[in-house]
Amino acid sequence: MISADPSKVTAICFDRIHHPNQHKLEVARANGAYKLLPKVLKEFSSEKIIEEVKTAGIRGRGGAGFPTGLKWSFVPRNTGKPIYLMCNADEGEPGTFKDRDIMRFDPHLLIEGMIMAGFALGVRDAYIYIRGEFLHEANVLNAAIEEAYAANLLGEHILGTDFSMNLTVHRGAGAYICGEETALIESVEGKAGRPRFKPPFPAVEGFYRCPTVVNNVETLSTIPAILEFGGAWHASIGVANNTGMKIFSVSGQVNKPGNYEVPLGTSLKTLIEEHCGGLQHGSLPKAVIPGGSSSPWLTAEHYDIPLTFDDLAKAGSMLGSGAIIVMDETADVLAVTRRLAHFYAHESCGQCTPCREGTGWLERVLVRIENGQGLPGDIAVLEDAAQYMAGRTICALADGAAAPVMSLIKHFPEAVRAGIVEKAA
Amino acid sequence: MSSAENPIFSEARLAEIKSVVERYPAAQSALLPVLHMAQEDFGYLSMPVQQLVADTLAVRLMAVREVVTFYTMFREQPCGKYLMEVCTNAGCMLNGANELAAHVCETLGINMGETTPDGLFTVTEVECAGACAGAPVVQINNEYHEKVDAAHMDAFIADARGQGGAA
Repeated sequence: MISADPSKVTAICFDRIHHPNQHKLEVARANGAYKLLPKVLKEFSSEKIIEEVKTAGIRGRGGAGFPTGLKWSFVPRNTGKPIYLMCNADEGEPGTFKDRDIMRFDPHLLIEGMIMAGFALGVRDAYIYIRGEFLHEANVLNAAIEEAYAANLLGEHILGTDFSMNLTVHRGAGAYICGEETALIESVEGKAGRPRFKPPFPAVEGFYRCPTVVNNVETLSTIPAILEFGGAWHASIGVANNTGMKIFSVSGQVNKPGNYEVPLGTSLKTLIEEHCGGLQHGSLPKAVIPGGSSSPWLTAEHYDIPLTFDDLAKAGSMLGSGAIIVMDETADVLAVTRRLAHFYAHESCGQCTPCREGTGWLERVLVRIENGQGLPGDIAVLEDAAQYMAGRTICALADGAAAPVMSLIKHFPEAVRAGIVEKAA
Repeated sequence: MSSAENPIFSEARLAEIKSVVERYPAAQSALLPVLHMAQEDFGYLSMPVQQLVADTLAVRLMAVREVVTFYTMFREQPCGKYLMEVCTNAGCMLNGANELAAHVCETLGINMGETTPDGLFTVTEVECAGACAGAPVVQINNEYHEKVDAAHMDAFIADARGQGGAA
């Protein structure tokens, strides 16, 4: 049960996740799912819902941290075009694995959140864009959606009201870039996932050029609790401007990797030592990737940092999707960077030259350094390439590719220099 | 008989495709779902299969080609009966994925990306599978195997061989 007292809340999205068979409608309902939905559809106005979500202060849980209520308020309501809702369940950022648990264990929470969001936004057709590899999760979602249709929670005249909404699961097919919202939209249009220029933003011109809201799984799954207990309740969890609970996916060299839902503002050290059973080796991390592989690295210097969007930004990094990859004293930081460079080179969609060429350069130079065949001047080559990619492309993939390389050079220059041959033979 | 070289969708599949198309504003949106179905039905997306998908959805072949070549899950070549996809990205790498991948390749006597001569196993390296708490992760025919060690893979391989490749 989620406590009405914000100081006693221990979980929101994961509150019911450990109940056996929670993915079945009957069990989910017995545990409180869809309890509030009739009241929302019959008594709440669209404005009231959007106002509550704004008051809640929730920022997007997918990576960008944009305020959800504000995003919703950008949707023009009088264009005569349909308005679409897309749930971003691409979960492609290396290190992120939280949405998978919501979808496979408590799919009705997400569905209920989407019905409420869809009602607030005037949506007729909603989609869940799930990464293609999550076949099991897609099957669980489809079974749950089928049950919801049969119970008149989806489809025509939901629960006897004037509100009708369809929900469709759309599987991706292995492309990291489709987690970027405009690439995601292209993908649901049946095209290669190449990000679009912004503006126009999807809220104004998205799916088939109609207003489209794209929200992360965790964000949408928080909506039922916000509407049940109120925006002010949510706003008093966490810290100012960084409100609510957040699921952190912790992986790498910790003893108990996993998903942990804690209030925003919990320190990195508390999360690793009290929840994750500490590091595999030693007492201080060598490096921590705090917000998915695209976020600049932290070192032991920031071990006490409160995990919030703002604190991470102040430290030169980002909270991202809350995916924390921990490297202990035994980690080969050069090898990790080279592996991430390979990832970005593989996943670059190729439409912007700085990214298409730059990601390949970064990988090739790092490979030769790792092989002990780096050339004098290679550090400058890496810095140049990273610097000229970041911020010069349509989407942020290039920035993400540059981040680990810049972090490596900044924090571990000796690891890079060790692979450089000082003088050509 | 319908095959990757001479593909025909069954009546049941065509009905399913029709209902999928109805869920979108335009038929091209059904391209990814239908390609997944085609790959399931025919094993891989040969040119005749891609032409069939284009004809079924009334989209240009080039639109199909562009999608097939963009997304890594779509295969234009047949693979082994057991497709083993080893994640070697950061979280898995920090938990022994490279050593695991090398072990599997050595056990099977093939290089990364190859298929065993008996057509049973293909091993490929994939990007982050989104299950990093279970590192290292290996997907075998779309099923996640987590916290995998060499013994687990050895047992799986022995079992698959013992069954003479029956899935």
